[in-house]
Amino acid sequence: MAAESGHGPLTSDAYIQHHLQNLQVCKDEAGEWVTHCGGNFWAVNIDSMFWSVLLGLVFVILFRKVASKTSADKPGRWQAFVEIVVEIVDKSVKDTFHGKSRLIAPLALTIFVWVFLMNLMDLIPVDWIPMTAAAVGIPYMKVVPTTDVNVTFGMSFAVFFLVLFYTIRNKGLGGFVAELTLHPIAPSFKGPAIIAAPLIIAFNFVLESVALLAKPLSLSLRLFGNMFAGELIFILIALLGIWQLPLHFGWAVFHVLIVTLQAFIFMMLTIVYLSLASESH
Amino acid sequence: MDINMTLIGQTIAMIVFVWFCMKFIWPPILEAIEERQKQIEEGLAAADKGKESLVKAAAEADEIVADARKQATSILDQAHARANEIVADGKADGVKERERQLVAAKAEIEQESNRAREELRGQVSAIAIASAEKILLREIDSKAHADILGKLAQEL
Repeated sequence: MAAESGHGPLTSDAYIQHHLQNLQVCKDEAGEWVTHCGGNFWAVNIDSMFWSVLLGLVFVILFRKVASKTSADKPGRWQAFVEIVVEIVDKSVKDTFHGKSRLIAPLALTIFVWVFLMNLMDLIPVDWIPMTAAAVGIPYMKVVPTTDVNVTFGMSFAVFFLVLFYTIRNKGLGGFVAELTLHPIAPSFKGPAIIAAPLIIAFNFVLESVALLAKPLSLSLRLFGNMFAGELIFILIALLGIWQLPLHFGWAVFHVLIVTLQAFIFMMLTIVYLSLASESH
Repeated sequence: MDINMTLIGQTIAMIVFVWFCMKFIWPPILEAIEERQKQIEEGLAAADKGKESLVKAAAEADEIVADARKQATSILDQAHARANEIVADGKADGVKERERQLVAAKAEIEQESNRAREELRGQVSAIAIASAEKILLREIDSKAHADILGKLAQEL
């Protein structure tokens, strides 16, 4: 599929494959930098990283601009907009997370805006940036970072580690282990029932580990799945020739909803997981 | 779709962005929002207070106006009473003065008429004497009849 790059879409199959291929670099066995890295763990998806960091910078710079000269006086339009976003996030955090943390709210804001911006790249017509890139000699360009499973997993892993950190900090290592082993069936340590205790603990551990690992997995796969499917449908619509225009518009309108919703869900679930981790029940 | 180093890169990028947001973006914006909320709250409270004091002031003003009206009425009444008094006084004075002048005029008239009568009596007696003299000159000695003449003059 790499061979067709730069020669325009030859077949539908090649066209789709080309659009779903990340621009990668890695070292091959000979120590050479190459761009075909199927299955190589040490490869880096340059396009995903580039767009995700670029959009992160867009978020940071735009919001920092407001934060640096913010005041309680009459806000400008941009400041008002930023404040609305901040207030939505703040309200969501306060409604869900009852502990005190300086991290949760900024984390939620970053996730919401950043994921939203990355999802928003989906609304740029699918050929514009890849073809421009091809014109200057870059063979592949996948512009929506959230359609790269590495990106969504990278974010959910950060959230997962925070969940572990908060659990251990608030309940202690013992509390964390107890949470994994003593639920949902409480083993009895008295009388003859003690014989069954190891079995129950093992059962609990399997069950709870799956529940724990399902959190980052579902968090990232939900976002990835939605965005990947949306992107794929855009690509399929783009194959239709002139008839793509009304279809593209309709799907884009619908996709605006998905873009916002998925960013919000990612943020909301992060808050929920972290509040579960810091609440004792 | 392969898992690769991008995952680690994304995690690092996320940590950096979240850290930056926590350090430089979230606190100033939230501070401004909370400060503005406080200002608005205070402004609303001040407006309520202002409204309350306005109502109070209006009530006070009404009271003052009512007081003033009452005072004006009483002043008017007093003035009327005083005016009536003055008019009555004037009337009484006039009557008195008229009577006084009437009495004085009557006394003067009396006096004048007495004087005139006296004068007239003198003149008549002189005339009478003169005529009697002329008559009697021929017949009687005025000295001998002086007592009678005097008596006559007295009676005139």
